[in-house]
Parts: sequence; structure tokens; C-alpha cells
Amino acid sequence: MNADNLNILIIGVGGQGTLLASRFLGDVALRMGKDVKVSEVHGMSQRGGSVETCVRIGSSIASPIIDRGMADVVLSFESVEALRALGYLKPGGLVITNTQEILPMPVISGAEKYPERVPERLAGGNFNVVSLDALAAAERCGSAKCVNVVLLGVLSAAIPEIPAEVWRASLESVVPAKLLEINKKAFEAGRQMANGKGQMAN
Amino acid sequence: MGNTDKMDNSDKAKAVKLLLGNEAVAQGAWEAGVHVVSSYPGTPSTEITETLAKLPGVYCEWSPNEKVSAEVAIGAAIDGARAMCCMKHVGLNVAADPLFTAAYAGVNGGLVFAVADDPGLFSSQNDQDSRFYALSAHVPMLEPSDSAECFEFAQKAFELSEKYDTPVILRLTTRVSHSRSPVQTGARRVVPKKPYVKDISKYVMMPGMAKKRQAVVKERDRVLTEVADSWVRLVNPGRKLGIITSGICYQYVREAFPDASVLKLGMIYPLPERAIKEFAASVEELLVVEELEPYIENFVRQLGIAYVEGKKYFTPLGELGTEKIKNAYYGVSTPAAEAGENGGEKLSVDDAPHRPPTLCPGCPHRGVFYTLSQLKLRVTGDIGCYTLGAAAPYKAMDACICMGASIGMSHGMEKAEAVAKAEAGDTDPAAADNIRGTVAVIGDSTFMHSGITGLVNIVYNKGASTVIILDNSITGMTGHQQNPTTGKTIRMEDTHPVDLVLLARAVGVERVRIVDPFDLKAFKEAVLEEISADEPSVIIAQRPCALLKGVNYGKPVYIDTDVCRRCGACMRLGCPAIVKKGDGYGIDRSLCVGCEFCTQMCRFGAIRKES
Repeated sequence: MNADNLNILIIGVGGQGTLLASRFLGDVALRMGKDVKVSEVHGMSQRGGSVETCVRIGSSIASPIIDRGMADVVLSFESVEALRALGYLKPGGLVITNTQEILPMPVISGAEKYPERVPERLAGGNFNVVSLDALAAAERCGSAKCVNVVLLGVLSAAIPEIPAEVWRASLESVVPAKLLEINKKAFEAGRQMANGKGQMAN
Repeated sequence: MGNTDKMDNSDKAKAVKLLLGNEAVAQGAWEAGVHVVSSYPGTPSTEITETLAKLPGVYCEWSPNEKVSAEVAIGAAIDGARAMCCMKHVGLNVAADPLFTAAYAGVNGGLVFAVADDPGLFSSQNDQDSRFYALSAHVPMLEPSDSAECFEFAQKAFELSEKYDTPVILRLTTRVSHSRSPVQTGARRVVPKKPYVKDISKYVMMPGMAKKRQAVVKERDRVLTEVADSWVRLVNPGRKLGIITSGICYQYVREAFPDASVLKLGMIYPLPERAIKEFAASVEELLVVEELEPYIENFVRQLGIAYVEGKKYFTPLGELGTEKIKNAYYGVSTPAAEAGENGGEKLSVDDAPHRPPTLCPGCPHRGVFYTLSQLKLRVTGDIGCYTLGAAAPYKAMDACICMGASIGMSHGMEKAEAVAKAEAGDTDPAAADNIRGTVAVIGDSTFMHSGITGLVNIVYNKGASTVIILDNSITGMTGHQQNPTTGKTIRMEDTHPVDLVLLARAVGVERVRIVDPFDLKAFKEAVLEEISADEPSVIIAQRPCALLKGVNYGKPVYIDTDVCRRCGACMRLGCPAIVKKGDGYGIDRSLCVGCEFCTQMCRFGAIRKES
């Protein structure tokens, strides 16, 4: 992956901590001396809706938005959200997705269906998929709320151009001090899971 | 020595930070020495004031609405202070009255209106284009395209305001307000408040004085049209294709048309006539790329430049983006990833179920909307999280227009029914329309914003509406801001809270009661009693927002599957934490906050608190 032109789309469900993830990535980019733009979603959609944030890192970034076919990586916090974001992904890009399923209200009420085995069925397309249970990993680290940092650990392993020390330093600056230890564990857990998956190919 | 110290300090303050556009506006205003900031929260503008409230040396407040906030800022500016008010686009409708006349009076200290439009309606009820306010109020408007410009333009807005004796509007859009990009920040400059000078002819806008100020405004427009020429940036001069743009669209244009000549406008009212004419003459093909209305395009045509195109290609609906612009102009679409056929049918993006926002687990509004949907009442709604009461499974809202409108609309419906009934004689038109009663539903902060006058109107004009004030102790939707009912200021200092009961009584409502919306039986009875009463009534549905710090319901609940009869009654609450599991139901522990509201729904006692 090329850290001089890197587009990462983060998608999840309101309340899952996508904003912290995008700020974390923004801070990493600043430490690398890169230009960076981060687009966030606030307001209405945060109430349990689908939430997309865009992080663009490079030498000179214009638009803060990742448009169709522009993302090098889709980092998905929830299974079906990875599917929702596919249109943003470049052919040949990488999807890192949590296998956790959070049922949206139209599914809960029976009006719509949640597709089965999404991460598995995503594979075989013209892109790479890494799927993992980030929720279980976060719970093992001590808090279900660390799903975001576990996933960033996985992402960090996919971008060897950015040294792990930069990510670690950044983590310390974006996470509140009293939650730092748990989040450090979560980040390393994510890195280990990524390495267990080999070279991030499907 | 003293000088060296000062330089050290300012160097220390210098840092590159990754700021939201809104944070950059706040930083810019703060460094420009702003003294007084008064705002009403509204996505996507809220973080400007929240950021300023954390910085030293500036007075910040949440006011009850945008009109009041604008008036506070105007007063401070007349007094000689640098002042700012911040709002979303629809907030400017509320603040338009003071704005139009402040444009005549001018300022003493610098006065800035930061107004954030929301193209694409991420969190709004309409998609209006605030640039027309600048045009019709004759107030200069600046439009930044990233956080660095937010920072720069916010500072320059105060200078322009003082130099040309006018309020200045800083126009933002969601993608500028809510995007982060690097900003080189510095230290706050101490800008002493200007002396106050009494000047009746300037600040008292009666017809005689205002007519004279009108001429001043006209001349100011002329001068600023020339100033606007210095607010342009010319990129890639001398190409065949030329594009005029501003704000976030400039960033999209850089990507969509990397080889075109671009005239980027920083001041969008008045528009720079000379710069636009010269640019138009230098290119063979001329486009305007702008979101929403053809504001710049119409101006270019008015200059006699007939070959300009814009809305012919670029939709006036919603927001633009690099892909949309390329697609509209070149007619090509960028290829994207597609799922494979691994293990079954090929998935497409359309297979993803919708995920609309919902009331949170533990939300007190759930009790209100479940009850109103059960009672099949007609509900006039208002602006806040609780507008989600219109969504499934409640569908318990019939109309929602703007802040405070629920109360006026309910009164209007009641009066319309009364006229119809009088005309109809024996038949009951309400029964014919299947109307079982009407209630207005409004949040605590929205009631403070513009509900009070509606309530006064009901009492004054002998209405009998029932108004339900959803008092969740906070302004929820915009992310937990304090308001006059919460007893805290923006800086979390204790203050006198407005007593909603006393307020309702003071305007003449005698039937006022506080009910817990989580007590389903009591709440239903209260609503039934009040809608039958032949006089105005106010029900204060009181329970704090589940996301507030200090609200802790303890352990989640669970469904005892041995006891559960799979009747599905609990599902009718529309709580995201209650889910279908196999042929029965279960609780998603990661979402359940343990409020136990759902236990009332189960006749069999199958929903229990975890021990």
C-alpha cells in the first residue's frame, strides 16, 4: 500500500467508535508528515444509523471525501456495513471487516432481511477480504468498546509503510489516559490477529 | 528580554493541528480576539461554539434560539466588542430578522455570523442555500474550502467587518464543517474592545435613520464588489476549460478537472465582477461548479456571459463530489469493487438492509411514541431526536416542519376542525377523518427555542390543545448541549433553571402535570385525560436521556426462554436491543442499557434483570 496516496473508508454503526478511529488515523498521518483530510459524520446518523468516515492520506489531498471506487481500504466495524461500502472500494482493494452483526431496525421489525454469511460471501470478488471477530478480541482485552482499536491494529499490519511505533505513539495521544492500557492491549491484539492471517490476502 | 519572552510564548502556541472546519473557525475567531459568542446548537455548526467555550478569555453562551444569539452578538458589537453567533442554515431563518437590520446599522466591534448549510440533508429538514441571505441582506459572505481557510477567513471576517462597518457571514457547509485538515495555529491576539460611542442615527433604525443607512449599504456593496476581486485564487491560468467555484466544490474540482483553469472565489457576496469577467474572457469553455442553487451561475449570466454552464450538468439537489462532477460532465463512472460468488448468490450493495437512525436503547421518548401509536392519536411533531417517532414501528407523527411548529400546527388543526364542525351541522368531520385527538410533541430545548410563543397563542386564542414537552434534561440530537431548563451553562456552571411547570402556568395553562414516560399506564392515562379536557394542557414527560453521564440503569435484562411465549409484544417497542433469535426473542447484551422499560410489555414476566 502506498502511504503517499492512501484512502481509507471507515464504516460502522453509530456508537461503535468510528470517529475515534478516524481521528487516530489522522494523527498517524500528521506524525508521518503527510497531508491528510478526515471527513466525519455528526448529528442524526449517529443515533444507531450507518456511519461513514473518510481518511485520505498523501502528499496533497483536495477532497475530504472518498467517492466511488476510490478507497484502498474499507475498514468495517460490522458485517453488513462492509457490503454497504463496497461501491467505494477500488477493484483490487482491501476490506477489513469485523464479523459482528448488529441488526438494523428494519431487520428487527421484519421488514427487511439481513443477508447470511456476508464476510464469507464477499470473498471471491475482485478485492481482498480479511474478516475477524473484533468484538470477541476486544472483550478479551477488557472492553467491548475497544472494537475500533482492535480493527486499527489489524489495519496497521496491512500498511507496513507506516512503522508500528508511529501508531503506538499516536494511540497514546488520542486515547484518554485511564483507558490507555486496555486500548494498547486491543491494538496489539489486532496486529497479532492480522499476522495470523498471513499477508492479508483472502 | 520582555520581547523575547513574548516571542517564545507565541512560538510555543504555534502548532499544526488536525482540526474540524468548525474547530478551525473557533480557533481563528479566538486568535482574532473574539470577546462574545452566543449561539444555538445545530448540526453542522455546533462544534464552533463548543470549541470556543473551552478556550480562555472569551465569553460563550448557548442562547434559547438563533434570533436571541444574533441579538446578543449585535449588542456586543455595538458596544465595541468582537462578537460572533453560530448557527445552522435553518437557524439563519430565525436570526434573519436581526440580520437584515444589523446590515443597515453596521457595527462597532467586528460582528460575524457563522452559518453552516447542510447540502444533502445529513441532519436537517431542508436543503436551503444561505448565500441568498447574503444577497438579499447585503451582507458580505466568505466561504472557506478547508480547515486552514476556516481559520484564516474567520480572522479576516472580523477585520472586514470593522473596516467596512458591516456584519460578515462566514458560510460553511457540512463537508467543510465536519472535515479535518491541518491548521497552523497560533496565539490569541489581545484586541481591546473599542470604546462605545452613542450614535442614534446609526443604531436606532427608525424609518428616517434607516433610509439614510440604506444609501450607506448601497455604497458599501459597491466598494466590497471591488474588494471581492482580491479574494480570488487563479489556478492553472490559460487553459481552454475554465471553472468558477468556491468552498468545498473547489476541492472536488481540483480532483475532477486537474488540468482546467480554476477561479476560486473566497468572497461570495458581493461577487467579484472584474475577476469573473477577466477569467471568462480567458477561457473557451466556462463552467460554474456549485452545490444547491445556481447562485454564482445566475450572477455570471447577469454579467452578460451567456456561454457559462453549470446546473445543466451539476444537480441542484444534495451535495456534489468528485465522482458526481466527473460523472455529470464526462458521463463516465469510476469502476468499483464487486463481490464474488463465493458460497451462494452474489451479493450486491443493494442486499445491505437499510440502517436508519433509531431511538437509542433506554431512550425516554420510546415510552411517549409507543403510547401515542397505541392510542392512534394525531401528532404534530418537532425537531430533535424524537422526530424519529415518525419512523417504524411507531409512525406516531403526522407533521414536522421546523423548530417550535408542533404547537402552532396543533392549534391550527384544532381550529380547522372546529370550523368544519360548525359548518357540518350534525356530522363530525373529525370522526370522518378518523381523528381521535391531536397532541403536540416538543423537546425541552425546542420548547425554549420557539415553543413558548405557540403555547401563549393557544391560551390567548382559547385553544384546548395538549402539548407534551419531552423533558430529557438535555439538548439531545446535536450531542448534549445545555439549555435554559437544565440548570447548567455551556461551561457547566450552575444557573437558574427554567421551571417548565411554572412557565406553563404563568402563560395561563392550568392543566400542567409531570409524568414519567416509562410508566406506561400512568402516561397513557395522562394523555387520555388531557386530550379530553376542554382547555389547554401541558404534559411534561420527564426522564433523562439514556446517554447522559450519571444515567446508569445497571445490568442488562434477559429473556427467560422457558417463560417466553414468543408473542412478540416486546418487539413493538422498537428497541434496538430486543432482537429476534430463531423462532423466539432475545436481548442484545452489548446494546441493552438495563432500563427495564420492556419488562412492562411482557404479560408472562419473561423479561428479567440480570443479577
